Amino acid sequence: MRVPLSWLREYVDLPADATGRDVQEKLIGVGLEVETVEQLGKGLTGPLVVGKVLTIEELTEFKKPIRFCTVDVGQANGTGEPQEIICGARNFAEGDKVVVALPGAVLPGDFRIAERKTYGKVSRGMICSSDELDMGEDGTKGIIVLPPEHEVGTDATKLLELYDEVLDIAVTPDRGYCLSMRGVAREAATAYGLPLRDPALLDVPAPNSFGHPVQISDPRGCDRFTARTVVGLQPEARSPIWLQRRLQKAGMRPISLAVDVTNYVMLELGQPLHAYDRSLIEGPIGVRRAEAGEKFTTLDGVERVLDAEDLVITDNRGPIGLAGVMGGANTEIADPEVDPETGLAQGTTEVVIEAAHFDQLSIARTARRHKLSSEASKRFERGVDPKAASAAAQRTVDLLVLLAGGTAEGGVTEVIAPFAPHTISIPADHPDKVAGVEYGRETVVRRLQEVGCDVYGQDELVVTVPSWRPDLTDPNDLAEEVIRLEGYENLPSTLPKPPAGLGLTDRQRLHRRVGRVLAGAGYVEALNYPFIGSQVFDQLQLEQDDPARRVVKLVNPLSDEEPALRTTLLPGLLQALRRNDGRGSHDLALFETGLVFHPAVSSSGRGTAVRLPVDRRPTDEELAGLNSVLPVQPRHAAVVLAGAREQAGWWGKGRPADWADAVEAARAVGREAGVELLIDQGQYGPWHPGRCAELSVVIDGVKTLAGHAGELHPRVVKALGLPARTCAMELNLDLVEQAVDGTLQAPRISTFPVATQDVALIVDKEVPAAAVEHFLRGGAGELLEDIRLFDVYTGDQVGEGKKSLAFALRFRAADRTLTVEEASAARDAAVAKAAEITGAVLRGA
Amino acid sequence: MKPEEIERMRDEALAAFAAAGDLDALQAAKVAHTGGTSPLALANREIGALPPQAKAEAGKRIGQARGAVSKALAARQTELEAERDARVLVEEAVDVTLPYDRVPAGARHPLTTMMERVADVFVSMGYEIAEGPEVEAEWFNFDALNFVPDHPARQTQDTFFVQGTREDGKPTVDDESGIVLRTHTSPVQARALLSRELPVYIVCPGRVYRTDELDATHTPVFHQIELLAIDEGLTMSDLKGTLDHMVQALFGADMKTRLRPNYFPFTEPSAEMDMLCYVCRGESVGNEERPCRTCSSEGWIELGGCGMVNPRVLTACGVDPEKYSGFAFGFGIERMLMFRHNVEDMRDMVEGDVRFTRPFGMEI
Repeated sequence: MRVPLSWLREYVDLPADATGRDVQEKLIGVGLEVETVEQLGKGLTGPLVVGKVLTIEELTEFKKPIRFCTVDVGQANGTGEPQEIICGARNFAEGDKVVVALPGAVLPGDFRIAERKTYGKVSRGMICSSDELDMGEDGTKGIIVLPPEHEVGTDATKLLELYDEVLDIAVTPDRGYCLSMRGVAREAATAYGLPLRDPALLDVPAPNSFGHPVQISDPRGCDRFTARTVVGLQPEARSPIWLQRRLQKAGMRPISLAVDVTNYVMLELGQPLHAYDRSLIEGPIGVRRAEAGEKFTTLDGVERVLDAEDLVITDNRGPIGLAGVMGGANTEIADPEVDPETGLAQGTTEVVIEAAHFDQLSIARTARRHKLSSEASKRFERGVDPKAASAAAQRTVDLLVLLAGGTAEGGVTEVIAPFAPHTISIPADHPDKVAGVEYGRETVVRRLQEVGCDVYGQDELVVTVPSWRPDLTDPNDLAEEVIRLEGYENLPSTLPKPPAGLGLTDRQRLHRRVGRVLAGAGYVEALNYPFIGSQVFDQLQLEQDDPARRVVKLVNPLSDEEPALRTTLLPGLLQALRRNDGRGSHDLALFETGLVFHPAVSSSGRGTAVRLPVDRRPTDEELAGLNSVLPVQPRHAAVVLAGAREQAGWWGKGRPADWADAVEAARAVGREAGVELLIDQGQYGPWHPGRCAELSVVIDGVKTLAGHAGELHPRVVKALGLPARTCAMELNLDLVEQAVDGTLQAPRISTFPVATQDVALIVDKEVPAAAVEHFLRGGAGELLEDIRLFDVYTGDQVGEGKKSLAFALRFRAADRTLTVEEASAARDAAVAKAAEITGAVLRGA
Repeated sequence: MKPEEIERMRDEALAAFAAAGDLDALQAAKVAHTGGTSPLALANREIGALPPQAKAEAGKRIGQARGAVSKALAARQTELEAERDARVLVEEAVDVTLPYDRVPAGARHPLTTMMERVADVFVSMGYEIAEGPEVEAEWFNFDALNFVPDHPARQTQDTFFVQGTREDGKPTVDDESGIVLRTHTSPVQARALLSRELPVYIVCPGRVYRTDELDATHTPVFHQIELLAIDEGLTMSDLKGTLDHMVQALFGADMKTRLRPNYFPFTEPSAEMDMLCYVCRGESVGNEERPCRTCSSEGWIELGGCGMVNPRVLTACGVDPEKYSGFAFGFGIERMLMFRHNVEDMRDMVEGDVRFTRPFGMEI
């Protein structure tokens, strides 16, 4: 809502020296979001005067037609002689009154007016357009032609009210009444503690039966309809300058007198109005719901197919207006047309004024359905004062009579559905309790009265809310009114004392630790969008029946290419990897932890969530039902790597990232969780078939697959345009968390000497090192403190299809120094076990 | 055994030590003059054959001479070792300015660490962290929070709707599924009230979604942190105090907040919360000499929305609004990161460019 300060002063006697900034501050204090204060006429200085065009000489020798004019500016130029001015515009004639900027004037944009030679003449000033004076939209883009009654030489800055300040207020959806001068004036009056001159307090004639007939068939959709008729309008009458200027400052475009007046009254009182050309209405006006599929052309020339929920205004022929949103082309007020032969204006001479009140929700839906947000619908959606309708109709009639020479007909139609004012009971100290401030009953009552409430009662207040505040429905609404008027800035700052908390949960700690351990290992976190397209599953070489292909789809994705939610973190991470690579960072290690989404496995087969009631707690069954249709949303951790894992440098060669780094990232996550990660040779779509580790955890004794790690499949690398040998790991963190088995038991530390024994075992190439180690460990018994694989050898010395694995075994006893014989016996037992199960042969034996 | 003989032996030893130019030469001199076949050792051996009186005297002389020799040897040894050390350590000197980026450091995303940092302020006060699903039932995301059925935010224009399945097996259209990508972290409020014992003091950090296209100031996927406190007798002053404490913990002791009336369905009274600009502390207002680009010389930075939890929300979550009251607030982490660290383009936080994230390290 744009509020010209000069207009606001009409309703409140603001201090004469109060600037727009001052008023802004006061209004912000009572809770209006005044976003800006626009300074109109900034950079404009006169002389700027009314002139009368005496002669026009058309200069035709130039590329474009140019006019050399003489203009009578009275004594404003000091001589009284006609002012000679060159002008390129053509929308004025000899005898017209125009606005003249005389030499010395400065127009907005530091445009200095001076005598100058141009087009072979001396031009002494400028005939101004509304653009040049920064006046806002007037629809002409041409020279301002003033009504003839204004005297030459008059100061045009005053006549056109060029100096003003405009407050631009962002009105929140609950404060619809502030979409009017009346509403903002009420807030300003309260903020300054001054009386309000309420423009809606008008004498209104009682309704009678001779007005234009109105039939309402949906009183819930339309609970009030006032119709008034004005006849004998002069079609040539134009809106006076003051009215046009107020509309312009408020951001609306002057159109024609009848339309301008309805817009003006809407801005003033907040009541949207509509003027119908009575000669075009056939029969009584009706209000009903549209028939589904009914067609109707609105004022903007768009034919609309109506919905059965749309409210329409009708006459005998059908719809003439989309109620509360926009009028119809079929009853539009005609723009006056001047007959070139007679010089007489033709146009609308009789109008029916509609001031009605429509259901908020219905208007909101219609406006949304037809993507048609108008000044009227904006107000009805947020709530219009139903009691302002008759006053608004009266104000419109008065202005039309005054400005267009019309006559008000005696008929006054008012259809009003029964209406009970809304009352709320609150303890007098309710606002105090909400705020934590002792305002006291007196203050509470006074503030509520300033809002427009009627307040009765002592300790228990019965508050009748004003008709323009449909948003005030609950006790806390009233508390807010009191607190905001007393000033949010005056609230004290107190700290509540929560009970002692338990800190982070184990799960929350784990999620943080996983991030830290991966970052500590050189991975950089990327937070990727979860949107994917199904083509990525082909690129990742997933089987057609892979569960990861079952996705949660969006109804309204941002991009049709990516209509689903991720079931794996890889697509997003790999895209980030590719983006970094494309930007010149080639040695990359990225990680992400985040949710993936799998469709709910619903036993009921239901795939929608019901809207539970809100007037009570839902039952546990209802909540369970709601949760059961939500997707399963586990948290995953993933890494991707490419380029060098270790850089080359003065210390020596670098080392490319490889499958082992990816597997180690998984191990690191497992270590942080205190969970042993079981690594098996595996094969899974995205990964190189020979370089893919299956990652498993044991949950309640059951080995459960939790992810994969390794080098990506060359075809995946190619399909996704990744750097060669890109590696990746993905792990279901929820499963890892479930595998956590109690608290870590501290190891016992023996201080007896260590006995070390190395063994090299030859096994078939296919035998996993982890298996050999596992059985060595098992065979060695409890004397084994640690085992470490320190070399892997393949080659001539061990033969085709074989490999040699070299392990260092450390033995130690808790209670004594081991003898060489004891250590050797334990080693032999370890080797025997590994030999028995994996076919390992001691090298050199 | 003449005393002069012994003195000569001693002096020869001392001279040999002094003449030894390095530790190897000293070692040779040591063997020659203190070893088993050295003159002094041989002389010592001869003592046994002397008559008792001469024995004592010779023993004393030889003992003194050997003492002097061994002392001189030790002194020379120390001297030569010091020389060697000085030389070798100089030879071993390196250029310590050499870079060592063998495995470049990793980093956590500043949005992650910022959320943790804010959450930790409240955890230290006794609040707990609550979490909820990102794909959420509309009832939690809107209805329970007192959004009317026709609230504009519930449209597909602003909110991502998940495709469900109709009774007839066909996919749902528009908003039929009643399942959305949560548009704020507030549904976690409702979940917490339904599942926790009262009083409830929680913070909910997390990812949220709205249908904005990515540009310099918007992203469809962003992060919020939400706070909820429900207890007996909580007031708007408590809300103010909690906000003040938070900005002091995050931005410095003399920080404060400002509340401005606003409207949200889930709070009443509602307010917009601003914090004092932590860069100019409000001193740029009206001061054209010292403009502040962090707050655009407004003096205040808009943080987010807050208010007293609407009693209707409590009712929907089974909490008695006659007995309990409370407050809530929420704000965007991206925004906080933008003004706290002078991030100019939202896309930098979204694209995962390592050059952006790496400097933020492990904690923020």
